[in-house]
Amino acid sequence: MGLLNSIKKIMGWEAKPAQVAMEKKVEATKEIKPVTNKIKIGHVHMSGCTGCLVSLADNNLGLIKILDDYADLVYCLTLADVRNIPEMDVALVEGSVCIQDKESVEDIKETRKKSKIVVALGSCASYGNITRFSRGGQHNQPQHESFLPIGDIIDVDVYIPGCPPSPELIRNVAVMAYLLLEGNEDQKALAGKYLKPLMDLAKRGTTGCFCDLMNDVINQGLCMGCGTCAASCPVRAITLEFGKPQGERDLCIKCGSCYGACPRSFFNLDVIPEFESISEIIAGALKEGESDD
Amino acid sequence: MIEDPYLGKYISCVSARSTDREILKKAQDGGIATTLMVYALEEGMIDGTIVAGEGDRPWQPKPVVAMTREDILKARGTKYSISPQISWLKEATRSFGLDKVGVTGVCCQMQAVRKAQLYPINMRDVPDKVAFTVGLFCMENFPYKSMQSIVEDHAAQSLGSVKKMEITKGKFWVYTERGNVATVPLKATHKYEQPGCHVCLDYVSNLADISTGSVGSPDGWSTVFIRTKKGNEIWSKAVAAGMFETKPIEDVKPGLDLLKKLAKEKIDKNQKTIEERKTFGVNKALRNPYA
Ligand SMILES: Cc1cc2nc3c(=O)[nH]c(=O)nc-3n(C[C@H](O)[C@H](O)[C@H](O)COP(=O)(O)OP(=O)(O)OC[C@H]3O[C@@H](n4cnc5c(N)ncnc54)[C@H](O)[C@@H]3O)c2cc1C
Ligand code: SF4
Ligand code: SF4
Ligand code: SF4
Repeated sequence: MGLLNSIKKIMGWEAKPAQVAMEKKVEATKEIKPVTNKIKIGHVHMSGCTGCLVSLADNNLGLIKILDDYADLVYCLTLADVRNIPEMDVALVEGSVCIQDKESVEDIKETRKKSKIVVALGSCASYGNITRFSRGGQHNQPQHESFLPIGDIIDVDVYIPGCPPSPELIRNVAVMAYLLLEGNEDQKALAGKYLKPLMDLAKRGTTGCFCDLMNDVINQGLCMGCGTCAASCPVRAITLEFGKPQGERDLCIKCGSCYGACPRSFFNLDVIPEFESISEIIAGALKEGESDD
Repeated sequence: MIEDPYLGKYISCVSARSTDREILKKAQDGGIATTLMVYALEEGMIDGTIVAGEGDRPWQPKPVVAMTREDILKARGTKYSISPQISWLKEATRSFGLDKVGVTGVCCQMQAVRKAQLYPINMRDVPDKVAFTVGLFCMENFPYKSMQSIVEDHAAQSLGSVKKMEITKGKFWVYTERGNVATVPLKATHKYEQPGCHVCLDYVSNLADISTGSVGSPDGWSTVFIRTKKGNEIWSKAVAAGMFETKPIEDVKPGLDLLKKLAKEKIDKNQKTIEERKTFGVNKALRNPYA
């Protein structure tokens, strides 16, 4: 609690008496978030359906707030007019890499070289997902047959699984990445703790499947039948029979969501029990107009 | 805010009972869970709630998205078997179109809700639409066939004839419609427990908005922890509206001491299990979800 309170204080997000002089407020927030401290974010488009980017945009005002106060979108083929991959603090990579497409392979390597933090945005970048089912032969590049999650080509720092990833998780990671890079010691500590399980997912591997629940949860004696896995499955491949998950394995698109969502894959006791204050911090960071001048 | 290593964080704790006679008729204890959800629904604080309703077999729970008082009442009473409440969490916001979702469930399910809110992996809309959670105390749960063995093989009652089940005073109690009371010592039921419960580090739903259970309060009453701002707001309004009778927890027997003792027993035992999993094999550990 102490940690969180001090973060709120420093960020100026604690409950304020109603009559704070406007001038003072603007001045104070300027001090906290000078525009020069914005981080550089890019969206790198590999073989994905743009659903991940749409999810990012679905943060609506939250996205505008992020771009106003915390981050510059320095690269995004769909939204920003920049051709070559620039230096970035955070690269959000959507889609898997077609290894028969030289340009994609170069781009992903370039992304790694130019970015402090590489985030696999969505299940195709993290696990291959639906692109695992490619057999090639399609117009107009029939030879584009083999697609790999980005972690099979470069080192990846953070996973945001999901097909598509939820806007809220993208938002949380963006805010935490900002705190990690630009925050004070306390903020860095919180952001580090928050991001750790998503970094661990990135270290864990590049395949996702219902089987992960069998191998690493049920077979390990950890499943308690909460049903979260079924809720997270984008294709409703999971049902609970007598309180335990059963996967329609032919339906499974290999997105890896169920495992990441399961409370028994990871449950960080130093973060999740603080849900009330962390949610307040994130909501405070994105509150429309609060630090706008 | 009180912080206890075993009872979690809470704003206040009371002993309480619903004033709704219809709810009390079939409630497990003080009818807290049902009354709170009915109140929140009728006051527009939630549009519906996930409850453990009736499944296909006797005493088999089935998660249900209840949107009426009647459906919430159908879920009264504890079913000692697994009800995957969270399987409906996203659907509640989609197929059912709820903007304000209520959730009832045991401790691990409250943990699942909070993880889904902070790490919403394929849980679009869930973080902001969870409006109110009521968590139950929980020592352990049982697979359906375990419950069947306890009731039919050990207590020698047919499941279809059972009116109520209860775990209290060291025994598993089975009450039948015809007035039979059979008990099974917990020594005999332990082996039937769901294995996943043995790494559970929460006894009193630390992460719910409000959590409740029987332990600590007299028969027919419930112990209630008010934990979050939202929980506090709803509880205060419900009490002011006359939904509950309350007594200070300090004034009732057996009180918080018993609850603390049981919470400590559960959590210490399960910590030990997690510890033992580290050296389960020969240079091979079983996985630790909290690491
Ligand atoms: C598996 C299990 C173990 C428990 N262990 C303890 C214990 O060790 N100590 C203790 O004090 N209390 C324990 N409880 C809680 C207690 O039995 C009562 O459920 C609680 O006091 C609520 O009573 P009530 O009268 O307020 O609820 P009611 O108004 O009767 O409503 C019951 C509520 O419980 C929910 N519910 C019923 N069965 C399940 C289930 N299987 N899974 C999820 N939700 C369910 C329903 O959705 C409903 O909302 C346990 C409950 C369960 C389900
Ligand atoms: S989410 Fe994990 S613990 Fe919950 S039912 Fe699925 S596999 Fe079991
Ligand atoms: S079962 Fe569903 S959630 Fe799990 S990996 Fe397969 S498609 Fe994804
Ligand atoms: S003991 Fe824990 S894991 Fe088992 S059902 Fe109860 S709350 Fe869930």
